[in-house]
Amino acid sequence: MDFSLSNEHLMVQKMVRDFAQKEVAPVIKEYDRKQEPIPFVLPRMGELGILGISFPVRYGGQGMDYVSLGLACEELEAVDTTMRVAMSVHVGLCAGTLFHWGTEAQKQEFLVPLAQGKKLGCGAFTEPGMGSDVTAMRAAAKRDGNQYILNGEKMWISLASKADYALITVKTDPNPKKPSEALSTFIVDLTSPGVTRGDIHGKLGVRAGSTGWINFQDVRVPAANRIGAEGEGFKITMSAFDRGRYTVASGATGLIRAALEASVKYAKERAAFGKPIAEHQLIQEKIARMAQDYEIARLLYLRAGWMQNEGKRCTREISFAKKFATEASFKAADDAIQVHGAYGFSDEFDVERYLRNARGAVIYEGSSEIQTLIQAGYALGQREDKPLRCEQPAYDAEEWQK
Amino acid sequence: MKIVVCVKQVPDSAAKVTVENGKVTWGDAPLVINPWDEFAVEAALRQKEALGGTVTAVTIGGEGTKDALKHALAMGADDAILVNDPALGTLDTQAVAQLLAAAIKKIGGVEMVFFGRQAIDGDSGIVPAQTARLLGWPSLTLASVIQAEAGAVRVERSTEEGRQIVKAKLPAVLSVAKDYGEPRYPSFMGIRKAQRAEIPTLALADLGIPAPAAVVTWPEVMNLPARDVKCEIIGGTPEEAANALVDKLIAEKVL
Repeated sequence: MDFSLSNEHLMVQKMVRDFAQKEVAPVIKEYDRKQEPIPFVLPRMGELGILGISFPVRYGGQGMDYVSLGLACEELEAVDTTMRVAMSVHVGLCAGTLFHWGTEAQKQEFLVPLAQGKKLGCGAFTEPGMGSDVTAMRAAAKRDGNQYILNGEKMWISLASKADYALITVKTDPNPKKPSEALSTFIVDLTSPGVTRGDIHGKLGVRAGSTGWINFQDVRVPAANRIGAEGEGFKITMSAFDRGRYTVASGATGLIRAALEASVKYAKERAAFGKPIAEHQLIQEKIARMAQDYEIARLLYLRAGWMQNEGKRCTREISFAKKFATEASFKAADDAIQVHGAYGFSDEFDVERYLRNARGAVIYEGSSEIQTLIQAGYALGQREDKPLRCEQPAYDAEEWQK
Repeated sequence: MKIVVCVKQVPDSAAKVTVENGKVTWGDAPLVINPWDEFAVEAALRQKEALGGTVTAVTIGGEGTKDALKHALAMGADDAILVNDPALGTLDTQAVAQLLAAAIKKIGGVEMVFFGRQAIDGDSGIVPAQTARLLGWPSLTLASVIQAEAGAVRVERSTEEGRQIVKAKLPAVLSVAKDYGEPRYPSFMGIRKAQRAEIPTLALADLGIPAPAAVVTWPEVMNLPARDVKCEIIGGTPEEAANALVDKLIAEKVL
């Protein structure tokens, strides 16, 4: 068993780290305070290839593997969650799903510009009255000749106001045999007539990110934009969540690391009772837990990355990684604030932002409660992975880099 | 245009460099491409982009130093050459310049050679000038703006006194200052290319020179003297504090 990263992985890690530290770290506080996205970040991530890191070169990507995607997410979220959120929705939910389930024509039309970073994608599943209970969604599409007519509202959508395309799941069958067969997934051009959208303000965290709503009023979508078969939307959505969760897990791992590094630095500088607080055992306890959780979270996501490289289904493993890393990142940020004392409570230091940013990930891309049910389902033998009509392609360096 | 960029592998700038048993050590800190050399690679690549041609990265040292070459390749250099030979002993700057000049001659047809302004380990900053001297080419150091055309180059130099504009005929040797502009990150394609690149080694026999001898040696290396500073805060009213401070300064024979 080889736990080492390749030189290629190490160079990817360093490149993404340098970008995030040099260009984003110096300005993130200002934009987080203003609750505005940093204007240059997404174009720059596109230009550097980060938005297409794990897609084959022939589809406009960079031909790196799933481990590289995780490493990039870790580095991005170690600076700010907003960048990783963009990876989750653009790569995980939207482009990744096209790569997994799309036809060659759909890949050429939509995946290529997304992977090139020329277009932005998001994933639209959640609604004002529906989150975890996916089959309860109300947005619907009706077939009309060669088109579908889409109506409904999606909410809490990252990049809602910024994306060019949305991967969206809606009801296409009002009277299905099984609730999960009611849904179909589409790729929708968000400049289509009938689409309105906006941002939601006043969020606890991820304040330099764009989160919003998208309303569809008689939006005509070509039938050719349906991903997979009619009624296959539930399976497609679940596989999109697996990918999204992988990026959330690896990103939250970066957040634990950021909380740890900030705490180590501060604990060595700040003195109390005649010695640096790093020499007090109750501070050490917090730092030790952050260090341990970072290692656990990292091993969990890297294993899931490796399994994806091998073409193995890893819903279960990604669920462990996502739940553990997001909960541990919230705890790490909370402890980091405690280590920083009153300073941690102010935005003079970064740790309060870490706490606010960590909170959302315990809810989105499958809440901790949903992850617990998934994990219990596997453990009790009530849940097993049935073969999908399409499996997510395994990594093939030769083929992906042609 | 054939362009060469000379790079060096050095301890990371965050490494703690100390002396142990008379030898310099940086513990297990990672080695990286000399940060100033990234500016040199950037300058070389921009010249290539403007004028066409190729960029070859060159370094001297063992297998481990190939990482500096790989960084240059990942940034966009076309190929790389390692100069290495078991006969090489400790090198000083003029020995390094002899090896680099011989390698540049061996590559042949080179019109511009780029260096970083200095290496962050040795910090001498004289290898560019020494290499230029051995090649018999003009040396344009600390370049912040570089415009090459039709066999000549115009350079703005960042000197302590201000900007100086100099012109020279090509071929020439240039060292690049920080205000040239931020070096690019390695690209993903570049990273892959770098990992797969076969980097040829030039030995002394290939260069056709004997092992250059160092004329400068470091007979003794010492750690910086430890600073032993005590800090004492004197309390009381301003008047009391001032009196106490004066008493202490007199006692310490400072006043």
